[in-house]
Amino acid sequence: MTTAPLTARALPRTAENSLLADAGTGTRVEFRGIVKDYGATRVLHGLDLDIAPGEFVSLLGPSGCGKTTALRVLAGLEHAHAGAVLLGGTDVSAVPTNRRDIGMVFQSYSLFPHLRVVDNTAFGLLRRKVARAEARRRALDALALVGLDHLADRFPHQLSGGQQQRVALARALVTEPRVLLLDEPLSALDAKVRVQLRDEIRRIQLRLGITTVFVTHDQEEALAVSDRIAVMQAGRIEQIGTPEELYRSPATPGVAAFVGLSSLVPGVADGATVTVWGQSLPIGGDAVTGDVEVFIRPENVRLVSAGGVEAIVQESTFLGSFRRTLVRTLDGAMVRVQHAASERVEYDDRVRIAIDPVPVSVRPRA
Amino acid sequence: MNRLAPSRAVRWIIAIVVGAFFAIPMLSTLLYTFRDGDGFSLVHWAALLDPAKTAAYAPIWAGLGNSLVLAAVTVVLVLVLLAPTMILVHLRFPRMRSAFESLVLLPISIPAIVLVVGLAPIYQQIGRALGTGAWTLAFAYGITVLPFAYRAIQASIDAVDIRTLSEAARSLGAGWGTVVLRVIAPNLRSGLLAASLISVAVVLGEFTIASLLNRQVFQTALVVVKNSDAYAASVFTLLALAFAFALLIVIGLAGRARTGKDRS
Repeated sequence: MTTAPLTARALPRTAENSLLADAGTGTRVEFRGIVKDYGATRVLHGLDLDIAPGEFVSLLGPSGCGKTTALRVLAGLEHAHAGAVLLGGTDVSAVPTNRRDIGMVFQSYSLFPHLRVVDNTAFGLLRRKVARAEARRRALDALALVGLDHLADRFPHQLSGGQQQRVALARALVTEPRVLLLDEPLSALDAKVRVQLRDEIRRIQLRLGITTVFVTHDQEEALAVSDRIAVMQAGRIEQIGTPEELYRSPATPGVAAFVGLSSLVPGVADGATVTVWGQSLPIGGDAVTGDVEVFIRPENVRLVSAGGVEAIVQESTFLGSFRRTLVRTLDGAMVRVQHAASERVEYDDRVRIAIDPVPVSVRPRA
Repeated sequence: MNRLAPSRAVRWIIAIVVGAFFAIPMLSTLLYTFRDGDGFSLVHWAALLDPAKTAAYAPIWAGLGNSLVLAAVTVVLVLVLLAPTMILVHLRFPRMRSAFESLVLLPISIPAIVLVVGLAPIYQQIGRALGTGAWTLAFAYGITVLPFAYRAIQASIDAVDIRTLSEAARSLGAGWGTVVLRVIAPNLRSGLLAASLISVAVVLGEFTIASLLNRQVFQTALVVVKNSDAYAASVFTLLALAFAFALLIVIGLAGRARTGKDRS
């Protein structure tokens, strides 16, 4: 294992060759059979994951599923008990964090309180022996990338939370690391800033072409920005796929429940199809037989004037371009229906609903 | 309005009683140093600069010199040994923290005279290995200042998320030395300063250990001089107290400067 000091890989900088210009320098990231225990508890059960150069992959799951631990193993902040982490085809398992050439943004604010924004941003460059003036220039470049070059001389405590996370992003990117690690960087921010910064991270990531691993428990966030999402549950990857794949054909009921909004309704499965309120729907995934619960997406249910099944409106929420209405069928199932905002319904209205014949996920009824 | 808080009058009474408790001995000492026969004058203060008295005061200057060296060495021990250990415990061995804390606070509950019983044979060995210079007392003082320095530094550690800061620095390519010197230490500045100043104050005020181990420091010299010139001893006592007060004020200002900056 080579332990030569890190060098900044940047070429001599010109206007054409700045942080803003080149894309497509991503590095392949591989997890191979990572096992991690905390005391007697196993938090990662042989994690395997292969991330292509320049890809944006989210680790999505509830708290305690091992997603943050996986990221920290990749960063070298935790040591795996078995398995290997590869960066660009090289096993870096024995390489300490400070020699892995990574950029990381943390959940809690991690700017150095005693340094101005520009000095925070230049920190990684100075560790790589970049000359002070050059480091400052490149730090300002990186700050411009996140739109904060005008705050370069402020101290972190003079910035809002969103601004601090932007600076943290610039600081992580300025060294042009091989991989960008994002550990729930948005969870401390309020809703609006969160969406803005989320989209900005994706825009910058596409522009720089940097391989990115994003840890989040927010499925909407993961769906919005990822090339692929790995849904994790109890230390294992339940399913990995594009946002569309996960949403349309969840491999397990766990994924179906965690990704997107679903209603659970009773049905009777018969191999490849399931019957719900006299209506036959194809089952996505493995064949099942017997009493099941069926995951139904709100956008696959519609209000109909005839046919379908009768239900009573419990509540109806106006969401701008559409309405989401919760109804209770006569057999007691609660179903969410997404429909045009022009179709006004009110509490206690009697309506009829029908389910689109698209593949659905099912799980055995308890 | 907090109904449990004492009323204004009670607060004043408490302040006056406590203030008098501290002020009366010091004011008495101050008046004593002005006494000149039946009247008052500055003659005892002026004597400090009198060449004729230099020989008489020599032990004090020598003791003060020793004490200042001891203070400096003790501060170095606190900054080089205690502070990094605390950072290490906080970051890598958090489960050891309570055991470490009780160990470090222990010296406050052990009377100096008891410490000396254990230290005497150790200092025989130290004397053989390193000589009997006054500076070797700093090893003992490094133990007696532990509780005070620990509290000051720990307060700073608890106020800053040094775990995330050090992980961020590591991810940016910093080795442990850089993390401690360039990231953690600057953010513990007020705590390290307070710990250093408290250590100086404790060392300058220490008498028992130095006396029983036969080392000459400021306090032991004061006792020696008092036997020949009680006025001079009082003058030096007041000067030492004034110095300690000044240190405490600097500590307070250091703490306030920090919170003031955070608020802006």
